[in-house]
Amino acid sequence: MHDTILEAVELTKEFKGFTAVKGVNLRVRRGTVHALIGPNGAGKSTVFNLLTRFLPPTAGRILYKGRDITAMKPADVARLGLVRSFQISAVFPHLTVLENVRVALQRRQGNSFHFWRGEATLHALHDRAAALIEAVNLAPWTGHTAAELPYGRKRALEIATTLALDPEVMLLDEPLAGMGHEDIERTAALIRRVAADRTVLMVEHNLSVVADLSDTITVLRRGEVLAEGPYAEVSRNAEVMEAYMGAGTDGAGHA
Amino acid sequence: MPDTTTTSAVSSAATAVLPGRAAAPGTDRDRTVRIALIVLGLSAAAAAPFVLYPVFVMKVLCFALFACAFNLLIGYAGLLSFGHAAFFGGAAYVTAHAAKVWGLDPALSILLGTGFAGLLGLVFGALAIRRQGIYFAMITLALSQMIFFLALQMPFTGGEDGIQGVPRGMLFGVIDLNRPLAMYYFVLAVFLAGFVLIWRTVHSPFGQVLKAIRENEARAVSLGYRTERYKLLAFVLSAALAGMAGGTKALVFQLASLTDVTWQMSGEVVLMTLLGGMGTLLGPVVGAAFVVMLGNYLAATSLPVPVVIGAIFVVCVLVFRRGIVGELAHRLRSRPSRDR
Ligand SMILES: Nc1ncnc2c1ncn2[C@@H]1O[C@H](COP(=O)(O)OP(=O)(O)OP(=O)(O)O)[C@@H](O)[C@H]1O
Ligand SMILES: [Mg+2]
Repeated sequence: MHDTILEAVELTKEFKGFTAVKGVNLRVRRGTVHALIGPNGAGKSTVFNLLTRFLPPTAGRILYKGRDITAMKPADVARLGLVRSFQISAVFPHLTVLENVRVALQRRQGNSFHFWRGEATLHALHDRAAALIEAVNLAPWTGHTAAELPYGRKRALEIATTLALDPEVMLLDEPLAGMGHEDIERTAALIRRVAADRTVLMVEHNLSVVADLSDTITVLRRGEVLAEGPYAEVSRNAEVMEAYMGAGTDGAGHA
Repeated sequence: MPDTTTTSAVSSAATAVLPGRAAAPGTDRDRTVRIALIVLGLSAAAAAPFVLYPVFVMKVLCFALFACAFNLLIGYAGLLSFGHAAFFGGAAYVTAHAAKVWGLDPALSILLGTGFAGLLGLVFGALAIRRQGIYFAMITLALSQMIFFLALQMPFTGGEDGIQGVPRGMLFGVIDLNRPLAMYYFVLAVFLAGFVLIWRTVHSPFGQVLKAIRENEARAVSLGYRTERYKLLAFVLSAALAGMAGGTKALVFQLASLTDVTWQMSGEVVLMTLLGGMGTLLGPVVGAAFVVMLGNYLAATSLPVPVVIGAIFVVCVLVFRRGIVGELAHRLRSRPSRDR
């Protein structure tokens, strides 16, 4: 039990009569990479939204480190160290790459309400911001606004921003979507590196990367858990294969 | 501020890679231009009362501060308030009352008006801040209409007459503000104090978070920011500074009246800000000067003022979306990058 860092119990979400997530039980073990896969519309992003409290569940509970966080606000969940990224790239478009990362680092400095202080009080964060930016190969873009970045680079910036919070659990919603081949390899390597000392829960359609990175895989279909286990086991599951082939999703071919 | 995030300091592999290289925050040319603009602006402001009617320039300064305060909210926090007249006009009453009935020092009277507007902003903000977009605008409008009716009904505001004959008084007991030049430089000082505070706020750590919230609130939340508190603080600051403008105007015209708490006044500040360019520091100043000038000019003609202003507004929204200053800044900025 102490091994589980994040747990969903009978998690259910209804949208006006349509049940997007149905009685999902999920246990993410501390220090592992856990992948959530499934065809389009299976409810993966909705599960993310529920776990991080961006959506209130219709029923069920969420436990983080044994503590019930079902009634908490999303910002407070993030403060506990459970930090998410978004499926649609979420950057601050008119802030520079540096400012994007810095604004994440800034919160812990404790001066975020100081409206009378100068911008120079934030310069102490520049070294750490630059290191994070370098880690996702964005150094040449440091002074550019996020809006100027190509899509794949925006995703990289998002990961750097998430990493800036040094979260205990990182939830990544399709971190590789829209990336070119090289970026995929680099980002996958980065995820592996940062997962060394934290827990990662990720939604990803690129199954070869999922196979490569994950310790555990949960397959979702129509809001329900279809299978769970290590990749080798799950990929042999007849129902899973059918779900993927049947739905004809884009990711299936990569396996 | 307590922080419950409990992870180890810098353990991520990512941060170990390379020491920093920070982006240069602006070129030398930018800095020269900025300093030149500041010097030019200050000289113009200092010389203005010798060239133009001091009362006219003071009116421009009051509305410019009002618009700058409003811009802090819409331009940097992305919140459209349609009730800012309550702060502007409400503070005017308080300042007028303090100066006339209580006989307080003019600076202290303005400060009281400012404080009152800030408190009123706290109440409005607490009620409206959770709402988004048009609902936010509607709640602020409804609340400001309540202030209008209070101003109409309460005995101390003087109803239709307002508070007239407000004494400008002796500043700190020594400077006689009945001398036009003294009054002018006092108003200029108030304006500059407000403007510098706004400039500072925009570039502060708080301003950074505010911009992040404006750009992508969900992402800011996911980074652990309780965004409502930031928006509330922005609202209170904006309200207080709008009050400072209103209180000053009451001393300039020696009058606090219903005009300043009407919804039309709330609309006028929206117009000034959009016309000048929201989200730019100088835009609201230019917008305010333009609208005040236009108002004065039109008053001397038989043209219907609201219709002309409305038409200009429509043109502005259709072709000049960034506003006057926003458009200029955009042209200047995009030229060098095209050459590159
Ligand atoms: N806010 C909402 N209101 C109504 N229906 C929604 C809402 N959000 C999601 N849904 C529906 O819930 C189902 C699950 O959506 P979700 O985004 O969780 O799928 P997903 O597994 O992330 O899919 P994808 O792989 O395409 O990202 C979909 O049918 C979707 O249309
Ligand atoms: Mg999704």
